Amino acid sequence: MTGPRLRPRATEIQFGEHLTRLGNLVRSILTSGPAIAWVTVFLLVPLLGIVLFSVLTRGPYGEVALPFTIENYLRLAGFGLFGFDPQYPVIILRSLLLAAGTTLVCVLAAFPLAFFIAGLPGRAKQIALTLVVIPFWTNLLIRTYAWQILFAPDAALTQAAVGLGLAEEGMPLYPSTLAVYVGMLCAYLPFLVLPLYTSVEKIDWTLAEAASDLGADGPRVFRHAILPQVMPGMVAGMILVFIPATGQFVIPDLLGGAKTVMLGNSIQQQFGASRDWPFGSAIALVAMGVVLIGLWLQTRYASQGDEEGPL
Amino acid sequence: MTETAGERPATRRALADAPPAIEIESISRRFGDFTALDRISLSIRKGEFFALLGPSGCGKTTLLRIIGGLDLADEGVVRIGGADARTIPAHKRPVNTVFQSYALFPHMTVRDNVAFGLRMKRVPEPRVKDRVAGALDLVQIASFADRKPAQLSGGQKQRVALARALVNEPQVLLLDEPLGALDLKLRKELQVELLSLQRRLGITFVFVTHDQEEALVMSDRIAVMRAGRIEQMGEVHSLYERPRNRFVGQFLGSVNLLEGKVERRAPNEFLAATALGPLRAELRPGDPEPGGAVTLAIRPEKVRIVTDGGPGENRIPAQVEQVIYIGSESHYYARAGEQLFIVYAMNARATTRELQVGERVALELPAGSLIVLED
Repeated sequence: MTGPRLRPRATEIQFGEHLTRLGNLVRSILTSGPAIAWVTVFLLVPLLGIVLFSVLTRGPYGEVALPFTIENYLRLAGFGLFGFDPQYPVIILRSLLLAAGTTLVCVLAAFPLAFFIAGLPGRAKQIALTLVVIPFWTNLLIRTYAWQILFAPDAALTQAAVGLGLAEEGMPLYPSTLAVYVGMLCAYLPFLVLPLYTSVEKIDWTLAEAASDLGADGPRVFRHAILPQVMPGMVAGMILVFIPATGQFVIPDLLGGAKTVMLGNSIQQQFGASRDWPFGSAIALVAMGVVLIGLWLQTRYASQGDEEGPL
Repeated sequence: MTETAGERPATRRALADAPPAIEIESISRRFGDFTALDRISLSIRKGEFFALLGPSGCGKTTLLRIIGGLDLADEGVVRIGGADARTIPAHKRPVNTVFQSYALFPHMTVRDNVAFGLRMKRVPEPRVKDRVAGALDLVQIASFADRKPAQLSGGQKQRVALARALVNEPQVLLLDEPLGALDLKLRKELQVELLSLQRRLGITFVFVTHDQEEALVMSDRIAVMRAGRIEQMGEVHSLYERPRNRFVGQFLGSVNLLEGKVERRAPNEFLAATALGPLRAELRPGDPEPGGAVTLAIRPEKVRIVTDGGPGENRIPAQVEQVIYIGSESHYYARAGEQLFIVYAMNARATTRELQVGERVALELPAGSLIVLED
């Protein structure tokens, strides 16, 4: 009975489906087109340019010239004209170490801060969040110079440190590794606090109660009921700190003494004073690759932490 | 008590001799100006299914949290299995909770959720495996063991929450409105299941609910709470048949109320003058003296509708105003003077004649079914 009536309707539906599919295609081209164009022009083309430069040679006048070569990468790996020289591997390692150290310090500082802010009453919370963001309103250079002043031998901060026996009389607190990390922390903490705070704010505290009810003491409640909930915010924040920190050189320069060469300023040097664009491109690409590998490891580790094995 | 045959009253009598699983002495809890619990005392017997029943905000959940150690009382003593629990932190108490929101760990599978408590107690892993499997079987969710909570339905989550608590073999299981988020049909199924589970395991269950029917179906004893105090506590039957005051009477079922004055007292009964005429009621210890005001209550199903016979003792002439037919029974609203009575009548025979709206009848209020309320 219903067969003959159903059949045309089925084709109608099919035809309609084709139409919607075509519509979807047109719509997706129209809507994503500008974004794709933007990415192509401003990201892919320059990136391909850098890739191309990195396998070319520096000409006699600092121009980019043929022939193709992988010498830039060899030099970066330490195999230069005069045998093995670990200069660049050390620079890469130093930058990664600083970025990792900064990320760690920021995580340690951001956790108490994020929980503290999340626990504040409504109005105070807004003020606290604003205070976290306020340093961004000042230029990074100025903020870093400010630390030089604060760490000067006769500054109140140094005097206080001397008074507490943390520093020697007459010795400035900078240049030093401590000063570098204080500067880094100051510059990157907000990038970690804000996403972490967003996660902390959303914590379902009954899970903590459930863990406690099931026999978990304080640290294990944190490990099993709180940490998994703030993991997304923490990982996002760590990425936001780690990536720019690998390229940072102003802060180690100003607070760590002017002798430290980092990834950032070696790239700057090649594109600037040395006029060796091919080598600069190679450093930039390797730096990018290192960051991408770091990110991949980080997200992989984070998603593994999600799976609960035997506790 | 004695007129209900069956196993439950017998079970209750056996429980009466058991030592208390939980003793609460004069517990108070305040949140700022709000008094959540006001000098509550109660004792829960071992192996008992005990319900804390009351409207939202009456303090029942706070009391449960204090027993579980998730909240602390400002004053008073909590004893679990005879030991003072005030100094025992939540994670060391021999009780487990089934939370209203289930509070399952979203990043763990069902199996790991259930294993959590045992792992926290450092039970060896092979043993954990066995006990988890046993608990999953007990609540019939073994086939979902490798799913994450987000992939489960409400009823399945409820079972996981139950298994996660029961696997620890607690002395007392605390349940905070565990069926509140489920639909009616599933709720009724799980009520029966929960009850039979409790009977089988013999674990003391303390159950928080605002659903009077749920409390009646499952509990051995009920504490009816209001505004941080216990209004009445007792076995289900006595609580329903002998509510102490209006609140308990109205919260646990429905009642028809009559105001009156005690006129005469005999050794076993008294006569009360009401707006609807004199009513004879049975006298029980504590009932008022002659001349005193009295509130009488009667359950809708205890009222008998008489269509023939004329006036008689405890009979009130009335007129049917509304008839609600619900299959097994009919609910009638009948007006007598100023008062609207609710009457439930079983439709015991297919030929039972249904009363018509506007029909004149007499309502008979049997003396033995009239309850004297305190307020």
